[in-house]
Amino acid sequence: MDIVAALVILVAICGVAWIVSAPLRWGGERMQAEVSDRVAELRAHRDAKYREIRDAELDMQTGKLSADDHRVLDRQLRAEAMEILRELDDAER
Amino acid sequence: MATVGRALLILALVVAAYGVLASIYGARAQRPEWVASGRRAVYAVAALATGAFAILEIAFLRSDFSLSIVASHSSTTTPTFYKAAAAWSSQEGSLLLWLWLLSLWSSLVLFLTRRQLRLVAPYATAVLLGFAAFFAGLLVFKASPFQTLAMVPAEGSGLNPLLRHPSMMIHPPMLYSGYTLFAIPFAFAIGALITRQVGAADWIRSTRRFALAAWFFLGIGVMLGARWSYMELGWGGYWAWDPVENASLLPWLTGTAFLHSIMIQEKRGMLKIWNISLVLTTGILAILGTFLVRSGILDSIHAFVGSSLGGPFVVLIGTMIAGSIGLVVWRREALRSENRLDSMLSREAIFLANNLVLVGLAFVVFWGTFWPLIAEALTGSRRALGPPWFDRYTVPLAIVLVLLSGIGPLIAWRRATAANVRRNFLFPVALALLLGVVLAAFGVGSRPLALAMFVCGAFVVFAVGQEFWRGVRVRRAMTDDGPLAALLALVGRNRRRYGGYLVHVGMAVLFIGIAASTAFNATTDVRMNPGDKTTVGGYEFTYDKPTSGATFTQAGNIEKISFGAIVTIRKDGKTVASLRPERGYYPSRDASLGPVGRYFEGEATSEVGLKGGLQRDLWTAMTPNIRALKPVIDEGDKVLGAVVDELPPEEAGALLGRSLRVLIERYEAKPPAATFRFITSPMVTWLWIGALIVFGGGLIAMWPAPDAARRRATAKLAARVAEDLGRTEKRAETRTA
Repeated sequence: MDIVAALVILVAICGVAWIVSAPLRWGGERMQAEVSDRVAELRAHRDAKYREIRDAELDMQTGKLSADDHRVLDRQLRAEAMEILRELDDAER
Repeated sequence: MATVGRALLILALVVAAYGVLASIYGARAQRPEWVASGRRAVYAVAALATGAFAILEIAFLRSDFSLSIVASHSSTTTPTFYKAAAAWSSQEGSLLLWLWLLSLWSSLVLFLTRRQLRLVAPYATAVLLGFAAFFAGLLVFKASPFQTLAMVPAEGSGLNPLLRHPSMMIHPPMLYSGYTLFAIPFAFAIGALITRQVGAADWIRSTRRFALAAWFFLGIGVMLGARWSYMELGWGGYWAWDPVENASLLPWLTGTAFLHSIMIQEKRGMLKIWNISLVLTTGILAILGTFLVRSGILDSIHAFVGSSLGGPFVVLIGTMIAGSIGLVVWRREALRSENRLDSMLSREAIFLANNLVLVGLAFVVFWGTFWPLIAEALTGSRRALGPPWFDRYTVPLAIVLVLLSGIGPLIAWRRATAANVRRNFLFPVALALLLGVVLAAFGVGSRPLALAMFVCGAFVVFAVGQEFWRGVRVRRAMTDDGPLAALLALVGRNRRRYGGYLVHVGMAVLFIGIAASTAFNATTDVRMNPGDKTTVGGYEFTYDKPTSGATFTQAGNIEKISFGAIVTIRKDGKTVASLRPERGYYPSRDASLGPVGRYFEGEATSEVGLKGGLQRDLWTAMTPNIRALKPVIDEGDKVLGAVVDELPPEEAGALLGRSLRVLIERYEAKPPAATFRFITSPMVTWLWIGALIVFGGGLIAMWPAPDAARRRATAKLAARVAEDLGRTEKRAETRTA
C-alpha cells in the first residue's frame, strides 16, 4: 500500500469517527436543540391540518363530499387545528 | 486507488453496523446522543459510499484495467459516455450503486425528519443502516468492485454492445433509485410498528414524498426499459413479460396501491393493516427485484445455487418477511380501523377495489415470474409462462383498473347519493359511451377488449377534464383570475390532487396506446433480396438496396461492422418513409475464431428503422444472411491467419482493415438475402406520451408546496401593498375631487 493511500484511509477513518462521535461529545443543551424541536413539529402538524381543511372544502365544492358530511368533517378538523394551535402557543411561549 | 476503495467499503460496513446498534440503544435507553450518533452514521456511510463510487467511476473513465470489473466491462474503445455507465453494468458496480443511492436517500430523509418522529426515526435509522450493512457486506466479502488482476491486460473486453443505448445509461440508476427509495417507507413502517405509532399520520406524511419519488423513479426505469426493448432488441415489442422487467414492475404495482390506500388512512383512519402490509410488501419486493436480477436465479435454480449472492439475499428476504409478519401480528390491536366502510358506493370502496386490482396484477406477475423456477425446482425442467398466459389475466384487470381510475376522482367520500352520481358521472359516461359507439361503427368492435379499453380510457380523460373544469370554476368564483391563471393556481395549491389526476390521464393514454398497438398491429417476417416488395398493414415495403459500413476506434481499429438496408415504404403509390435498419457486428475476443470470422461470432445488435407518428409506427429490423458470406470470411481467415502473427501489430491491423473492407464492398456489390421484420403498429407513440403525462403529473404531485411561513409573509406583504395602494388611490381621488 502506498503512503498516499494510507493517508487517505487514515483521514477517512478520523473524519468518520469525528462525525459519528460528535453527539456523544456534545453537552446536554446542544443535544436537546439537535434532537427536539417541538415547535417545528407542531407547525408541520398545523400546516397538514390546514391542508386537510382546504381539501375537504374543495371536495365539497366539486361534489365529492355532501354538505352535511363536510360540516361534520370541517368541524372536527377545525377542532383538531385549534388544539394544535393551543399546543403551539404553549410551546412558543 | 483499489486499496482506498476497498478500505472505504470496509469502513462503511463497520460504521453501518455501529449505527444500527447506536440507534437501537439510543431509542431503548432514551439516550438522544446515541440516536443522533446513529443518524450521523448514515451520513458517514453516504460519504464513504460516495467516495468508493467516485473511485470506481474514475477507474472506468481512465480505463484502469488493473481492476477486474473495468477490464471485463469496458475498453479503451468504449465511448466516454458509456464508460461512465459501464460501472453499473457489472454485478459489483450495480451493488455499489445500490449502496450509494440507499445511503444518499436515507441521509436525505433522516436530515429532513431530524427534529420530528423522535420515536419512530431511530428504528427506521437502524433498518436503513441494516440494509446498508447488508450491501456493504456483500461488496466487502462476496462481490468486491475493487478486485485487482495480477496481470493487467492492455485492453478490456468492452461494454456489452446491447447496453450502448442512451436509455441504458439512466435505466439502472432510475430503477435502483426506485428500489432504494421504497426502503424508506419500509423502514419507517417498521419503526412505527415497533413503537406502536402506526395510527399516527406523522410517519406517513414524512415519508409519503419518498414513496412517491420511489414510484416515480421506478416508473421511469420501467418505461426506459420498454423504450430500449422497442428500439434496440430488434423484436419489435416493448414488453415481453421478461422476469427482469417483471421484477421492476412488482414493487411499482404494490407501491401504486399503497399511495392510494394511505389516503384512506389519512382521511378516515381505515385500512391500517392493509396499508402497513402494502408498504412492507413493497419494500420486500424492491429487494426481491434486486435479488432476481443479481442472484442468477433467473438463469436457473442451478445458477442460483452456484451464485455467491443467492444465499445472503434469501436470508435477508426471509428475515424481512418473517419480521414484517411478526410485527404486524404483534401490533394488530393498534392497527384496528377507526371507521368502517359506510357504503360500497363511495370513494373509499373504489380505492379499495383499485387496491385489490393492483395487488391482483402484482400476484399474476409474481406467479408468472416464479412459476418457471418452481417448476424447475419440482420437476427439474423449466416451464416458462409466455405473454399469452400473462395477457389472459392482466388485460381484463388492466381494463378494470383504468375504469376505476376514472371513477375514483368523481365519486363522493363516505356515500355517493343518486344526485351525486348523476351530477358527476353523466357527462363523462355519456361521452365515453358515445365514443365507443362511434369506434364500434368503424369496426373497432372486432377487438372487444381493445374497445373496452378505449371506452374506459376515454371515460378517465373526460372525468378528469370535468374535474379540472369544475375546480377552475370554483377558483374563479372565489377570485378574479382568468381561466389559465385559475387553472395554474388551482393546480399549484392542490398539487397532490391534480398531479394525481394527471397521472390517471397519463395511465389512460398509455393503456389506450398499448391496447391499440397490440390489438391492431400487423407483423410480417419475410426473406428478401434487393428489389423485393411486400405489403404489411396496407403499406408496401421495398428492399431498395443494401448498405454497409464500419465504425473505427480512435486507434484506427474496426470496432463494428454494419450491414443494413434502405427500405422504402409507400402507401397508395406515395412514398411515406425511407428507413435504414441495420445489424451491427462486434468482434468476439476469442482469437481462435479467426481474425475475420470473430467479427461475426461476437455480439450483434439491431438498429431498427422507425417512422414514428401519432397515428402509426412503421417499424423494421433486418438480419442479413451472413452464411452466404462464409466463403469470403473463411478465405480471409485463411490468408490473414497465416501471416497476421508474423507482422508488426500496425501492419497486421492495416491488413485486417483491408480484408474487412473487401468483405464490406462484397456485401454491397453482391448482397445476400436478408430476413426483415416489418411492423405497422397504431398509436405506439401514445404509450410514450402517456408515460410523459404520468411522470409530469407525478412531478407535480411530488413537488413541495411553497414554504408555509414564506407564503404567509408574502401574503402579509401583499396585503400591505394593497392597503398602501388603496390609501394612495384614495388620496388621489380626494385631490381630484
